Amino acid sequence: MDELKNKLEELKDLAGKNNLDINKSLSEIEAMLNVGKNSPTWEKVQLARRLDRPGALEFINLICDEFIELHGDRYFKDDPALIGGIGTIDGQAITFIGNQKGSNLKENLYRNYGMGGPEGYRKALRLAKQAEKFHRPIVTLIDTSGAYPGPEAEARGIGEAIAQNLKHFSLLKVPIICFVIGEGGSGGALGIGVGDKLYMLENSIYSVISPEGFASILLRDSNKAKEAADIMKMTAKDLFEFGIIHGIIPEAPGGVQNDPAYTANMIKELILSNIAVLKKKKPESLIRYRSRKIREIGQFTENAGKEQDLFGLFSRLFS
Amino acid sequence: MVDLKKPYAQVAETECPRCLTVMTQEAMIEHYQVCRGCGYHFRMPAAARIHLIADEGSFTEMDQDLVSKNPLSLEGYEDKISEAQKKSDLSDAVVTGTAKIDGRECVLGVMSFQFMGGSMGSVVGEKITRAMLHGADTNKPVIIFTASGGARMQEGIFSLMQMAKTANAAALLDDLGIPFFIVLTHPTTGGVTASFAMLGDVAIAEPGALIGFAGPRVIEGTINKKLPAGFQSAEFQQEKGFVDKIVPRKELKKTLSFLLRTHTGA
Repeated sequence: MDELKNKLEELKDLAGKNNLDINKSLSEIEAMLNVGKNSPTWEKVQLARRLDRPGALEFINLICDEFIELHGDRYFKDDPALIGGIGTIDGQAITFIGNQKGSNLKENLYRNYGMGGPEGYRKALRLAKQAEKFHRPIVTLIDTSGAYPGPEAEARGIGEAIAQNLKHFSLLKVPIICFVIGEGGSGGALGIGVGDKLYMLENSIYSVISPEGFASILLRDSNKAKEAADIMKMTAKDLFEFGIIHGIIPEAPGGVQNDPAYTANMIKELILSNIAVLKKKKPESLIRYRSRKIREIGQFTENAGKEQDLFGLFSRLFS
Repeated sequence: MVDLKKPYAQVAETECPRCLTVMTQEAMIEHYQVCRGCGYHFRMPAAARIHLIADEGSFTEMDQDLVSKNPLSLEGYEDKISEAQKKSDLSDAVVTGTAKIDGRECVLGVMSFQFMGGSMGSVVGEKITRAMLHGADTNKPVIIFTASGGARMQEGIFSLMQMAKTANAAALLDDLGIPFFIVLTHPTTGGVTASFAMLGDVAIAEPGALIGFAGPRVIEGTINKKLPAGFQSAEFQQEKGFVDKIVPRKELKKTLSFLLRTHTGA
């Protein structure tokens, strides 16, 4: 970091001597250097939200030998905020599902900034069921600030659509591997986030609400988003320590946008190694393991010490 | 622990916020906490709800001593919980147990909006899941009354994951053929709507209840204009196809009794 700053000073000097106008570029670089100066978490929030951060489709294209996108929920329309299709890695067919924000304003508008509506989540479920029918593993790539909080989404049951995904993904008979590649925003992220394995990119975030929302509701000041981000424990490291994710995938220095292929390659390796292990399991044991993992998440005390053997009960119900 | 000997709050008179009719406590109890002037359904404490639905003396509470931890080490969170516990006599925002309705056994869960807005954290998620698993294990139908502002933000990612947990339990009930009935009461929003609340075999709603994913203020913020009156009401949700039947509180026990009768063998 210091080295970079020295170089920047050198550059300024040089530009001055040669009468070059590089002020705009310089202030951009300086802004980047100042990002997250006081809050390492806020730095990650900003990296996770960068417009040039690779999205689901960019990763899919880097990971797959071939990929065809499949559209539509078969009920109402196609939702461009949530994409899916069939890809191959080393000849192996895999169903991919992901949130897609777009990488410029025009794409953002077309894709509603990656905020999926009910149709997106219903498309995801359709493709997941299709994958199950043909014994294809599923990979989900999570990158959304949340499901779309608009009147049309409400009228067509966004809550119901997400709920159905949580229910059905938990009992799918094929391996599901989930990656948070950017923003993991609340129910919109979880709606394609129930699986056997969950990984996060180094600078991705995953939380129940945005830092802005947390700040305005719990800190009663929407300007305290930075402070909120530090409190919320939403980084890959936090979630790894909580035991909620299985691993953290490194990004190039300065963020994944600087070298998407480096990170894509690691995602690809994780997909292949996990599928190799998971596809050997019988569907029943796959589902039991997945459900058990979900069941275990929670932090509470139980004073009376008369804890029932819930896992015993659980195994019995699933056998 | 829920106190069924004193199910109703001690308030001499209550004024209806909609039509301003004033009712004495006796009248409120007699009318099931529903305004006799306009039919407005007041929020109901969990104990009053159980008193109304379960056969007298049939309710046995389970898992009453689960208490949330503070995973974000948030300042003041423990105090907030103990305050809510003192005010409500509940350990968290849901009471679960076994009960009988017109002699038929079931597992009953009742959420309480009075406890931190009925928000779902680790304890609510765990208790609801355990209630559903108990129904699965003992072959009893499961009935849950919802009332919630959504996930409990104070518990961060753990509260989000309770959505997956309760939905997973609902999947299990599906698989085993155990009846699962939901009664949506005012208000039911956020992470509760986007999980078990929308997964019942039959979804009942109380008249006028607000039911939705995003709250009305958030939606108004998205579109920058006011929502029409009645948006996200129980009546709206029935029209849009997300609620099976709107049942006035007075008829609730009869309706639930019918559902139990038509979904159990004996």
